[in-house]
Amino acid sequence: MRPFTTLTGVAAPLDLPNVDTDRIIPARFLSKGRGAPGYASFLFHDVRFDADGAERPEFVLNQAPYRDAKILVTAENFGCGSSREMAVWALDAWGVRGVIAPSLGDIFHQNCFKNGLLPVILPADVVAALRGLLHARPGATLAVDLEAQTVTTPDGARHRFEVDPFRKALLLTGRDEIALTLSHEAAIAAFERRLAGEAPWLVPQAGG
Amino acid sequence: MASAAARTMFEKIWARHVVSEGPGGHVLLYVGRHLLHEGSTAAFARLAAAGRRVRRPDLTFATTDHFLLTAPGAAATDPELAGLLSGLAGHAAAHGIVHFGLGDARRGIVHVIGPEQGLTLPGTTLVCGDSHTATHGAFGALAFGIGSTEVEHVLATQTLWQQKPRVMRITVEGRLGPGVTAKDLILAIIERIGAAGGVGHAIEYAGSTIRALSMDERMTVCNMSIEAGARTGMVAPDETTFAWLEGRPFAPRGAVWARALADWRTVASDPGARFDREVPLAAGDVEPTVTWGTSPQDALPITGRVPDPAAAGDPARRASQERALAYMGLRPGTPLSEIAVDRVFIGSCTNSRLEDLRAAARVVRGRRALVPAWVVPGSGLVKRAAEAEGLDRVFVQAGFEWREAGCSMCVGMNGETAREGERVASTSNRNFEGRQGKGARTHLVSPAMAAAAAVTGRFVDVRSLAG
Repeated sequence: MRPFTTLTGVAAPLDLPNVDTDRIIPARFLSKGRGAPGYASFLFHDVRFDADGAERPEFVLNQAPYRDAKILVTAENFGCGSSREMAVWALDAWGVRGVIAPSLGDIFHQNCFKNGLLPVILPADVVAALRGLLHARPGATLAVDLEAQTVTTPDGARHRFEVDPFRKALLLTGRDEIALTLSHEAAIAAFERRLAGEAPWLVPQAGG
Repeated sequence: MASAAARTMFEKIWARHVVSEGPGGHVLLYVGRHLLHEGSTAAFARLAAAGRRVRRPDLTFATTDHFLLTAPGAAATDPELAGLLSGLAGHAAAHGIVHFGLGDARRGIVHVIGPEQGLTLPGTTLVCGDSHTATHGAFGALAFGIGSTEVEHVLATQTLWQQKPRVMRITVEGRLGPGVTAKDLILAIIERIGAAGGVGHAIEYAGSTIRALSMDERMTVCNMSIEAGARTGMVAPDETTFAWLEGRPFAPRGAVWARALADWRTVASDPGARFDREVPLAAGDVEPTVTWGTSPQDALPITGRVPDPAAAGDPARRASQERALAYMGLRPGTPLSEIAVDRVFIGSCTNSRLEDLRAAARVVRGRRALVPAWVVPGSGLVKRAAEAEGLDRVFVQAGFEWREAGCSMCVGMNGETAREGERVASTSNRNFEGRQGKGARTHLVSPAMAAAAAVTGRFVDVRSLAG
């Protein structure tokens, strides 16, 4: 996985709560492989483009200052709904490397970590103030430092965030999580032997 | 009385499946069951590219539901869709994984067939690359949805690194009124706690109302836990659960069944167990429910009216409601019972089981559908059982389409979608923008309410239709 250490980039505000992963990438694109031509165009497709394929100027990522956004600053429960990891793939294809929110959909939150995107959870009032700043100064950049666990505004205001140390370590190094887990092979095998004794019903007897 | 030793059902199952402790409260959690569908195909490709094997093919089961077509006799003609279907079949065969594939009567929606086959067991952990995996929590399993990278991780290791969520208990007491179903109950719960209300939590559904529910009904409730933001939802296993499971194809038998049963009787939360949050609800307050907006939390009794965003105190909430009403093509103050529908969909992992089809058929019998209406059974076996009871004839005689098992118009991945602007009464789980097709307008309802909408052409209080 690509590591994440620091990120400084244009941030775009998304004010609506409960933006679901169907909106982030509609179902009809899910049979396309990651990296398929035009993958970035699937991102928010039906809110970014009208029926003729023309950009809707009111959508934030279609506005000049935000076109290079590397960070999204959203309202609560961004990425709720479907488990589709393609939502993260589409954000990644567009160039987004971090999402700052008061809360995130649980599976989306995990999917970010698995793809080298940093999800940052900050209090709702802090995130609302950040969105306000980004509206007031279109194209403003935020600086995210994972090691220090801080988000810094252009004014120098610094917001410390919590991130769990396990996920942080994996992101900082970009280490392959499966390789890490396989290093616990002995523990997994011992667990399986114990479980087979304690709960023999777990392995189906007859195969249906 | 609170006691330090008293544990919740969640804590018991969690503790039993911890393989290793990691930093920051992370544990390596063992996965007892891994269910796959054709959307998981990419994970196999990455596994193969890394030169890894499937660690426990005997604990891994696959079916085909999301992308295949449900029109009778239809085959996928789109090469991408066909590739996903054949891809899963090929990977399953190569790794020795049981696959309920095309032509197998046991094939169906992954969250319908897991329980149906006796793969879903109390006290175990179960994951699937689908957000509605909490459905299996109805059996007292710790079941949750995962992403594609996590699917690959489970294939390779049979484990996941997990951080323990908080635990919320939603206690529902009393009897559901006539015409009020498990679907109405879960919509009312989501309306109450909000689409983000369960974020960071596992939910245990408890109370006399829940204990009185059938397994089909409990699955409907647990299924939509994710729509309240929760990682999982679960119901304590009891005699209803055990009776339902006994004799299922993959369920334990004989002496192992007896041993399993003794174990499963200890799974429920201990008296006095402490929950991080408690939410009480009275069943008598729940009415037949319809969603009006683009989040499952936008739910109201059929006797209600479309809300007025101007009355929303919070500006963000107002903006959100205004957008939802514009998308849905609704005006504030409109009685929900005056909204005409263009199409009806009865199906999905929420409401495609035999009891759901019976409830819909009771309303449909002797009437005619006034709009296009589909019935998509949850599995080949549900379909067969419904046909044995003559339910298919009830639907077909009323002008409904009786289709093959699959996810179909709940998610529209297979191209089975509503047209732009069409208003759909749907028994599925999500009314998101574009969920049932670009520009399609989804209202979530129970099977009985969907059937009532089909035969009247509008939302109607099912209690007012003489059965």
